[in-house]
Amino acid sequence: MSPDELVWLYAVRLAGAEGAPAGPGVDGEAPRLVAEAELAAVVGTVAAGRFDEAGMAAAMEDLGRLEQLARAHHDVVVRAAAEVPVAPVRLATLYRDDDAVRRLLRERAEEFAALLRRVGGHREWGVKVYALPQEEREPAAAPAASTDRPGTAYLFRRRAERDRGARSREQARDAAERLHTTLAGRSSAAHRYPMQDARLSGRTEEMVLNAGYLVADGREAEFRDAVDAADDGRVRVELTGPWPAFSFTTWEEP
Amino acid sequence: MTAARPDDELALVDLLDRLLAGGVMITGDVTISLADVDLVHVSLRALISSVHTLTGGSDG
Repeated sequence: MSPDELVWLYAVRLAGAEGAPAGPGVDGEAPRLVAEAELAAVVGTVAAGRFDEAGMAAAMEDLGRLEQLARAHHDVVVRAAAEVPVAPVRLATLYRDDDAVRRLLRERAEEFAALLRRVGGHREWGVKVYALPQEEREPAAAPAASTDRPGTAYLFRRRAERDRGARSREQARDAAERLHTTLAGRSSAAHRYPMQDARLSGRTEEMVLNAGYLVADGREAEFRDAVDAADDGRVRVELTGPWPAFSFTTWEEP
Repeated sequence: MTAARPDDELALVDLLDRLLAGGVMITGDVTISLADVDLVHVSLRALISSVHTLTGGSDG
């Protein structure tokens, strides 16, 4: 490997007959496999000039560049996962050469094997729940009866609206908790993410659940039934996926 | 309405939830510490701080 090149790691899977997934990868390259004993890493050769510390630090400051990398990384992992169970690797994991990747596969063979056993026969589904804005849930309250003191009536009305808003947000959060419990019961594992920042999601409704679920292939129908049933007009429920099991391969370095 | 739209382009925010806070985290030869990055993009800074919140206390 030339010093002008680095190795980008996409995912780890069992070595086998399946070839490398189709490209393009994060640098426009064709992904390839680096195998060691039972395991194979899906990797890409990328230009060191764009992917070294300085290049990656710059990419992390540029939302457009970050998006391009994230989509390309995800696409390769999806294509790999379509063939065999994979343990997706976090964005921006880079090695100097293939030997370093082989060393990783050797040293962490047991952990990777355990992750692959965990995600095999499963797909990840994402569920997001939003509190519906007040006006979509119920019509505005009828104007208060006329009174001799319109100022007071106005204040009462405002307070009633505020109370109603707080109550409906609380109900939406309760509904989200109940849904999470139900879905977790129909999954092999569940993982909650922080609520998304409205500046990134562009959503104005309050988010009350952001979670991923690792669902066995044989339980997808009952999982989706539960998602549909939760969509009862009081909250907005959105299903995303299927995803490679990103949320369930989060073993971290000691 | 429940929406499962695998054919639509994935929302970037959903992708970043998983790609920045999910997946196997291994220290490679090139290490990118999000904490050390001088984040100039305000929305990205918001995202990274939420990712940090997560890695501080994941419930798996």
